[in-house]
Amino acid sequence: MPEPILQIRNLKTYFYTYAGVVRALEGIDLDIYQGETLGLVGETGCGKSVTSLSIMRLVADPPGRIVDGQIIYKGEDLLKKSEAQMQQIRGNKITMVFQDPMTFLNPVITIGDQVSEVIAIHENLARDVVRSKIDECEETIKQLDSNSPDRERLMNRVKELEALKDNPPKYSRREMKKATLRRTIEVLKLVQMPSPEKVVKQYPHELSGGMRQRAIIAMALSCSPDLLIADEPTTSLDVTIQAQILALLSELKKKIGSSILIITHDMGIVAEICDRVSVMYAGNIIETAETKALFKNPLHPYTQGLLKAIPKLHRDVEELEIIPGSVPNLIYPPSGCRFHPRCPFRMDICDKENPPFIERERGHSVACYLYQEKK
Amino acid sequence: MTQMGQVKTSVERKSKSWFDEHAPQIRELKFTLYLLRQSPIVVAGFILVALFIGMAIFAPWIAPHGPEERFWNLPQQPPSWRFPFGTDTTGGDIYSRIIWGSRLDLTIALTVVASAILIGSVLGAISGFMGRAFDEALMRVTDVFLAFPALILAMAVAAALGRNLTNLTIALMVVWWPTYARLVRGQVLAEKERLYVDAARAVGASPARIIFRHVLPNSIFPVIVQATLDLGGVILTAAGLSFIGFGAGAGVAEWGLMIADGRSYLFQSPWIACFPGLAILLSSLGLNLIGDGLRDVLDPRLRR
Repeated sequence: MPEPILQIRNLKTYFYTYAGVVRALEGIDLDIYQGETLGLVGETGCGKSVTSLSIMRLVADPPGRIVDGQIIYKGEDLLKKSEAQMQQIRGNKITMVFQDPMTFLNPVITIGDQVSEVIAIHENLARDVVRSKIDECEETIKQLDSNSPDRERLMNRVKELEALKDNPPKYSRREMKKATLRRTIEVLKLVQMPSPEKVVKQYPHELSGGMRQRAIIAMALSCSPDLLIADEPTTSLDVTIQAQILALLSELKKKIGSSILIITHDMGIVAEICDRVSVMYAGNIIETAETKALFKNPLHPYTQGLLKAIPKLHRDVEELEIIPGSVPNLIYPPSGCRFHPRCPFRMDICDKENPPFIERERGHSVACYLYQEKK
Repeated sequence: MTQMGQVKTSVERKSKSWFDEHAPQIRELKFTLYLLRQSPIVVAGFILVALFIGMAIFAPWIAPHGPEERFWNLPQQPPSWRFPFGTDTTGGDIYSRIIWGSRLDLTIALTVVASAILIGSVLGAISGFMGRAFDEALMRVTDVFLAFPALILAMAVAAALGRNLTNLTIALMVVWWPTYARLVRGQVLAEKERLYVDAARAVGASPARIIFRHVLPNSIFPVIVQATLDLGGVILTAAGLSFIGFGAGAGVAEWGLMIADGRSYLFQSPWIACFPGLAILLSSLGLNLIGDGLRDVLDPRLRR
C-alpha cells in the first residue's frame, strides 16, 4: 500500500448558530493515498462538503470552527498552519473543484486571467521566460542561413540564457505575463478546452457549462496539486458532459499523479471512477472500503439501504426501496449510533454508545455493533 | 524572401499591441457604448458634456479674451456681436469668462469625485469585506458625516481652511467620500457572499487580492453611475459655495462667483448672472442625463 498523502484524524467541525451547536463533523477519520481516487458519499447535509472545506481550512468562521482533530499532510498538521501558510498550500498543493461552475467563476474577469491568476500566485515563471527566450533564438537560428553573421550572435545569446536557467533574473511584468499566458493556454489544452487561444479572452458568461467546468478544473490543476478535492463536480451538468468531465478527471489524475477526493451523492459516479469509497452519515464516516468490496458486500445497514435505493433497470418494481425516517437534526443528534432510529437491525447497545470504527476485513472498515463480536 | 517574411511575422507576433491584449474588455466597452447610443437622452447628455469639456480643453483658442481681461470703459454692456453674452460690472467679457470658468469648475468636479471614489471605495471595500470592529467604526464615522447637511459641512471646512479654490476642493472631498464608502460597502457585502470569492480563497488568493481584484471590480458599476451624477452635483455645490463666498477670490472666472457678482444687478443687467447660471444648469444637466442612461445600461435588470 502506498503512503497516505492526507490523514484526517478525529476531525470535529462545529457550527455555532443561534439555534444551537451544529455538530457537522463528529470525529471523522479518513486516509487518502497517493494517486488514488477516494469517493465520499452520503446524503445532503451529512457533512461531505464541510469535510472538504475543513481540509482547505475554508470553513466560515464565524459560525463554523474546527474544534478538534488533525489533518496531516506530508507529516504536518494543516490545522496548526497560519493563514499565510495555508494560502501557499491552497491552489498549489491542495485544490478544489466546486459544484456549480456557473457561480464559481468571477463574472468580470476573463477565463484567461482567472486561470493565470492561480499560476501567477504560486509559480515562479522566470524560468519559463528564459526557456521561451531560448526557444525563440533557436527558432530564428534555424531560419537563418548557415553563414549569416547573426547566427554567431544568437548562438552566444543561447549560451548566455542557458547559464541563467537555474538562477533566473527578475523579468519585467510584460514578459512574466506572456509566460503566464503561455502556461494558461497549456493548462487549458490539458483539460481539452476547445480553442483555448480564443477562450482565454472570453468571459464566463460566454462559455457553456461544460467549458466552464473545464476552466475550473484547469484552475485547480494548473499547479499540479497533490490532492484535488472535487465537490460534486458534475451535479449541475447534463449527463453526456458529466461523463466527459469524469473521464477527464481520471485521465488527468494519471497524467499529473495527484490524488482525488470526489464528493458526491451519486453511486454511479463512485462505481465509475473511485478506487475506494467512504460513506458518511450525519457527521460520521460509517464505512470505508474498496469500491468493489463495498458494492459487493456492504456491511453497514445504512450502506446496504443506500445501495438498495439505487433504481435498477433490469428489475420491474412498483416502488423504489427507501430508508425509512429522515436525516437527524445535527444540533440534537440521536444518542449512540446516529443511525439507530432508522436502523432495521437495531440492538440494545446502539442508542447508548457510538460504535467504534474498526477494520473488519483488510481495507474494509465499518462502525457498527453488528460486526463487533465477529471480529 | 520567404525567410524574410517569416522572420517578420514572428516579430509581429511578438509586438502585440495593447488593443489585442485587451480585446475582451474593448468588446464589452463597445457593446456598452452601442447600448448607450440607443438612448437619445444619453446622446443629448454626451453632446452637452462634450461641449463643456471641449470648452475647458480649448479655452485659450476659443475664448476671445483672457479670463481676467477687463474693458474698464465698457461695464454692464448688453449682449452684442463684440460681447456675445455681454460684459459684467467691471467690464469682463462674460462669454470668455464662462469658457475659462469651465476649466475651473470641471477640474474641481473631477478632482472631488475622483478622490472621493478613491478614498470611499477603498475604505468601503475594506470595511465591507473585513466586517466587525473596523466596519462598525467606519460606518459610524460616515453616519456623522452624512448626518450633517452637506453644504453646511463644506462651508465649515472651507471657512476653517481659508478662502481659495484648493480649500474649496478639499472641503468638498471631505463631504463627498462617505457616500462612496457606504455605496461600495453595501455592494461588497453582497458580493462577498458570492461563490467566486470562495473559489478565489480556495486557490490561495490573499484577502487583499480578493478585495481589490475580485470583489471591487464587481462592485464598481453603481459607483460609475453615482460618480456621473455626482459630477453634476459637485459643480452645483461648488458654484453654490463660491456664490456665498467660500471659493475663488474676487475677480476669478468661476461660475458661482460670476453669478454672485451679477446678483445685485439682476434687474438692470440680467445677462451677468443668467449666462453663468445657464452654464451650470447645462453642464450638470448633461452629466445627470449621462448618469441616468448609464444606470439603465449598466444595471442588467434594466438592460433586458
